[in-house]
Amino acid sequence: MNDVTLRELRVVGTRPVRPDGVDKVVGRAMFGGDAVMPGMIFGATVRSPHAHARIKKIDTSKAEAMKGVKAVVTSADFPDIPSEEAFVGEGPMNFRDLSRNLMARDKVLYDGHVVAAVAATSNSIARAAAESIEVEYEVLPHVIDEIEAAKGDAPLLHEDLFTSGLETKPSTPSNVAKRIEFVKGDLEAGFAAADKIVERTYKTAPVHQAYIEPHACVAAYNADGQCQVICSSQGQFMVRAYCAKLLGLDISEIRVTPAEIGGGFGGKTLVYLEPLALALSKKAGRPVRMIMDRTEVFRGTGPTSGGTVKVKIGAKMDGTITAADAEMYFQAGAYPGSPVQPGCMTCFAMYDLENARTIGFDVVSNRPKVAAYRAPGAPISTFATESAIDELAREIGMDPIDFRLKNAAKDGTKALYGPTFQNIGLIQTLEAAKNHPNLKEKLGPDQGRGVASGFWFNIGGESSASLNINEDGTAVLVSGSPDIGGSRASMAMMASEILGIDVSRVRPIVGDTSSVGFTHLTGGSRVTFATGTAVCEATEEVVKILKGRAAKIWEIDEEAVEWREGHAYPAGDNAGKFEPLSLADLAAKAARTGGPIAAKASVNAQGAGPGWGVHVVDVEVDRETGHVKILRYTAAQDVGRAIHPSYVEGQIQGGAVQGIGWALNEEYIYDKNGRLDNAGFLDYRVPVASDLPKIDTVMIEVPNPRHPFGAKGVGEVPIVPPMAAIANAIYDATGVRMTSLPMSPPKLRAALDAAGVGAKVAAE
Amino acid sequence: MAKTHVTCTINGEEVEYLCEPQQTLLDVLRDDLGLTGSKEGCGSGDCGACSVIADGSLVCSCLMFGSEADGMEITTIEGIATADKLHPVQEQFLKHAALQCGFCTPGLIVATKALLDKHPNPTDEEARYWLAGNLCRCTGYDKIMNAVHAAAAQIRGETV
Repeated sequence: MNDVTLRELRVVGTRPVRPDGVDKVVGRAMFGGDAVMPGMIFGATVRSPHAHARIKKIDTSKAEAMKGVKAVVTSADFPDIPSEEAFVGEGPMNFRDLSRNLMARDKVLYDGHVVAAVAATSNSIARAAAESIEVEYEVLPHVIDEIEAAKGDAPLLHEDLFTSGLETKPSTPSNVAKRIEFVKGDLEAGFAAADKIVERTYKTAPVHQAYIEPHACVAAYNADGQCQVICSSQGQFMVRAYCAKLLGLDISEIRVTPAEIGGGFGGKTLVYLEPLALALSKKAGRPVRMIMDRTEVFRGTGPTSGGTVKVKIGAKMDGTITAADAEMYFQAGAYPGSPVQPGCMTCFAMYDLENARTIGFDVVSNRPKVAAYRAPGAPISTFATESAIDELAREIGMDPIDFRLKNAAKDGTKALYGPTFQNIGLIQTLEAAKNHPNLKEKLGPDQGRGVASGFWFNIGGESSASLNINEDGTAVLVSGSPDIGGSRASMAMMASEILGIDVSRVRPIVGDTSSVGFTHLTGGSRVTFATGTAVCEATEEVVKILKGRAAKIWEIDEEAVEWREGHAYPAGDNAGKFEPLSLADLAAKAARTGGPIAAKASVNAQGAGPGWGVHVVDVEVDRETGHVKILRYTAAQDVGRAIHPSYVEGQIQGGAVQGIGWALNEEYIYDKNGRLDNAGFLDYRVPVASDLPKIDTVMIEVPNPRHPFGAKGVGEVPIVPPMAAIANAIYDATGVRMTSLPMSPPKLRAALDAAGVGAKVAAE
Repeated sequence: MAKTHVTCTINGEEVEYLCEPQQTLLDVLRDDLGLTGSKEGCGSGDCGACSVIADGSLVCSCLMFGSEADGMEITTIEGIATADKLHPVQEQFLKHAALQCGFCTPGLIVATKALLDKHPNPTDEEARYWLAGNLCRCTGYDKIMNAVHAAAAQIRGETV
């Protein structure tokens, strides 16, 4: 355990300009699609226009005959991978499924599923060649909705998929891949003790991560089998592992260089293009660049699940929750592996409950395989539970924050999913939200206020970093975590805090897979915690070396040297006997005192410390159009310790706004043939600047003793509360309980009219 | 396919190129001229990551053909700073942590410069509507708006 008392530090907690900033404001930063390799050619994909079909024949002859076409690949060019569970990315994945998701084999399972790819000397030739490939399909019945797909008579996606987790092994295949259950206490007794019980079913639409940068890579497969990949991803080691497995290569044969990444939010924790580009490159003998267009991103890459969640909660009139129960069905997309498990684990975690249960079903349907999206699963289940909590607070006549305070999880609370919480700041976060000046603002007609809370685990895991002291006393810090939102800054700040030098003297870089030790991907809100721990350990080791060098120069014991403010000082009996030596002095003498000064650390960090968020939103409802305007937004969060507060606030604001989009506008819309109808930013509407007010943040610092400076993960929990907070605010404004996302104008208007409180009714 | 010969001014320099008829100005900038600061987020004019200033007007370079730029004066993100000084908009984006991943940033900076060139004192509502064509998925726009107003104040010569 570290001493993480909240004392003022020299660097940690300040707001320096990020070290990679200038490149990013002058257009010089190299993102995935900006990378070039000598002699590279250009790839394009052929995608299924059907939601579900058997592939009868693929005729590539016209494409192969085109001038400028250098390679064509189909599933025949990839090994047929056997079923094997993998935990390389952020969620569960089977290598066989990943291989077939990358390139359809036998059947296509969703609109946008890749069936072939080409590489040619120009983008226009590659696209024309892709269009000339003729695929003969036998169209099969399809199913999109999770409840429909779970029915016994639904079109079956996989003949060999049998529901796991049932008491008796089923004899017939199903689209339900898995049933899971978490249970604690005695539900029946809990509900019997309740004075009020609320019960309702909620539904969320599938939404896309909608990072602005489409997937992009350039890859070369050399004649000697050595491969180079430059790409935008959340983990260069993840890309390397997946490419090796899917192409049957040794890991040592592949070197992956992380480009800058233009947003990910979980969506870039899988491979889509890289193995295709390598396979094309192998055939063509040239490097191949592939960049998706926006339509391909929407049709072919992982959105998150849509879900149906039935929730029942009971409480006594004094506000004590006596029992809570939820049953949820999550869309996994075409292959098993929705985030229903975290959905089940998170949705009641904010409460200290004696009796609780969650049951989850993982359901495949004819949609793209889901990928992680910021706190995967939690927003879907928590929309339901936090809406129900609001309803229950109203039933018993309690303020929604006081009701949450009365039941809040605290140190010592044993969560439904197992662990006992320690060093958590939910109560402080609730109190901070309650005391925020925004809550004193008076509301006008058609305006309402809503509250919701949220939980996310945060993870640690494997990370590596190395710190090299340069000859002039500056430093280079190499870590294995792609910088998706300013993490280079926080890494450099932690190292410079320990070294006692100015942060501008530490140059942080993100290493490729051959220049830094293994590092799990940027996800799970893990980088500042886990990679930060590796950075601190490497830096502490460097300080130890520096003290040893000073001891050698002074000819005193190493223990008699102190390191502070970037200098070695003689301590104890020797105090004052020698002039202090600066880092630059010691660096200049390195050759004569033992050689280069450097250290590396590889860790498997544990004890990330969960994140807690409480959001309060004020809305105004236009009863005529059903439009919801966000008037004020307050997001309070337990952040452990903010290393660079601006980027912590940025995570909270960005997550909250993604949640606002999820709540009000975003959804996948399918036509009757199962084709995606809104695969573009015009029709899939993410929030824009004019939709929003300021997003006010409150950072609560309850330090995490498992991190050298007390940091907790901050990136994910802010997307958990917004949907319920907005639904609760709409209820407060109108008396109408919205149970289905998005709460878009047509849906809200219909609900208001149905309840007799719409403009149409008011006008009559 | 016959290519069109185009002469235009980009970031103050006279530039000549040959482009295919279907190539957008963005394709030409990125693939033929090596100016990869302008980004393609959608290719349909919805995200603004490819924003450039063409003859004084803010445009999405993915919605312009390369051949249409003939005779025009184009400013891209690479032309906003001088050799030794960032533009106030760039300075304030850094100072206010108005970027996370940085992919939408070039478009937002070009769009903000285009706004402040003409309206150095926008209200928050005006600035938010002007930038509504530039999608940012990371920041929630809060810090971007802080940076825009700070840059406007700096351009007006006020102390920030």
